[in-house]
Amino acid sequence: MCAEPLALLTGVHFMDGNSAVCEGAIAAGCRFAAGYPITPSTEIMERFASRVPRLGGICIQMEDECASIMACIGAVWGGAKAFTATSGPGFSLMMESIGYAAMTETPLVVVNVQRAGPSTGLPTMPAQADMLQARWGSHGDYRVIALCPNSPQECFDLAIKAFNLAETWRVPVLIMMDEVVAHMSERVVIPTLSEIAVVQRRYTQVRPGEYQPYRPAARGVPEMAPVGKGFFMHVTGLTHDAKGYPAMDPETQDALVRRFTAKIDSNADDIIVYEEEEIADAEVVVVAYGITSRAAAAAVEEARALGIPAGLLRLVTAWPFPEKKVRELSGRVKALIMVELNLGQMFLEMDRCAKGGAQSIFLGHAGGSIHRPEAILMAIQKAAQL
Amino acid sequence: MIPPHTLPARIIISGLGGQGVILAGCILGRAAALYERTAATLTRSFGPAARGSACSAQLILDDTLVHYPYVDKPQVLLALSQQAFEQYAPLLVPGGVLIIDEHLVKPPAALSGISLYAVPATRYAEVLGNRQVANSIVVGFFVAVTGLFARASVERALRESVPPGTMGLNLKAFSCGYSHAIKMYGEHHTFSGRFEGKARAVQGNKQFKNA
Repeated sequence: MCAEPLALLTGVHFMDGNSAVCEGAIAAGCRFAAGYPITPSTEIMERFASRVPRLGGICIQMEDECASIMACIGAVWGGAKAFTATSGPGFSLMMESIGYAAMTETPLVVVNVQRAGPSTGLPTMPAQADMLQARWGSHGDYRVIALCPNSPQECFDLAIKAFNLAETWRVPVLIMMDEVVAHMSERVVIPTLSEIAVVQRRYTQVRPGEYQPYRPAARGVPEMAPVGKGFFMHVTGLTHDAKGYPAMDPETQDALVRRFTAKIDSNADDIIVYEEEEIADAEVVVVAYGITSRAAAAAVEEARALGIPAGLLRLVTAWPFPEKKVRELSGRVKALIMVELNLGQMFLEMDRCAKGGAQSIFLGHAGGSIHRPEAILMAIQKAAQL
Repeated sequence: MIPPHTLPARIIISGLGGQGVILAGCILGRAAALYERTAATLTRSFGPAARGSACSAQLILDDTLVHYPYVDKPQVLLALSQQAFEQYAPLLVPGGVLIIDEHLVKPPAALSGISLYAVPATRYAEVLGNRQVANSIVVGFFVAVTGLFARASVERALRESVPPGTMGLNLKAFSCGYSHAIKMYGEHHTFSGRFEGKARAVQGNKQFKNA
């Protein structure tokens, strides 16, 4: 499947982030979604439900989030590209199955439009406080990829990228939006079919009798098999061997889980995306992602206008975290300031990677609004005087 | 194009949920982003606020990227309820433009440092047969008063944004608001031929005047 011309709304639009992420999913060839719509992500499922039946796709409202994500996992194994969209409480309910998707190496995309928590919290207001849950929320060791768009255009672009990454690495890919990006409208350009690179599912070339569903292929990623072509498959959340059968021994467990982590860790350089603004001569670098990065960009511009050598490192992929980049910066700048809508989450990762080089400073609050550029500017000014 | 020195333009549209405040913001944002080719960022009330109580849309237009998406100090305020006026009018920059529905907002007699433009939008909408098109009247009025947009850009965006069955009525409403501005405040407030490069500029006092 790929973006059919009819499906693709090629052209220029004025669109919010929720609509754009949905259009990105459609452009990536996604034709299945199951969800339990929840504020502030509701418009994603709403739009998908109105768009895909005419494209031969399926959108199901399930009884809850646990069922929603499992239906998506089932659809992926049935040959579809699938995604679900949720927010805080629903994201928590999906945690078990994100682990299942990691264990079964299911190429799945989950959108989490972050709102302030814990629990019901502030359903209509922004936060970025699910960032460590995204990384560590399910039990056991595994890896995910998490992307943080900061504009409706990027919601579209990163939705396509998310599906491509999911197919390439066979891990759950999480699009970690926030309420502001979700409901903010801006110009969104949807390119033509030939301008959009879509990664199709990589199916095995071996014959059914010889196929082993979990035998690692290129870069540690096993190949999938097409449904209905005579391949026998066993998909289980139990520790399994290359054949997919349960194998209850520590050696298989260790090899399997190490492969999950290695396929992301050893390819991290190819996966990680970040943007740098005014970094070359910076003494103070603000690190931010999602909507916060836009307030940070405004603050960095103001700091530069005041003659303060400030720069911005914007995380597009939060996970895997750009360790090398932060280490390198930490070795040459005075201070790193993590700005985020939580009480210190990605800050912990930044601080760990800074390893006592640059001062690592945290600027955050518990969500409900976004940082004003002036608050970030003040932190920059203070750090510049260190 | 809006001349660079006029930008960013920061606009708040406010009223009560159901008055079409957010749709008005969407129409203007769409006109700017698609047909005026400026950067346009629209944020809006979300949740219960958008469904009956105080409601607002914030629009920023710029010739470069808009970073911070919210408006702290608007140059233009459209207030369609007394509450909206009281909440946002104090935020207007000196010399800011205040546009009100004159039957719904009663500003104090002496408003210093603000340019006031009034339109009986809801009354006109009732005369047109549907008070729900009051927002299109306000949009037309806004376009004529500010001169920020080419009329054709906004009419096009409006056609693409309202329910098809109401398009004629909404365009009539737009026209009504536009004409009212010209009648009351004169031709010099109108904008003509943005695409011919005759764009209006925001002067030092932040009022929209001829470039």
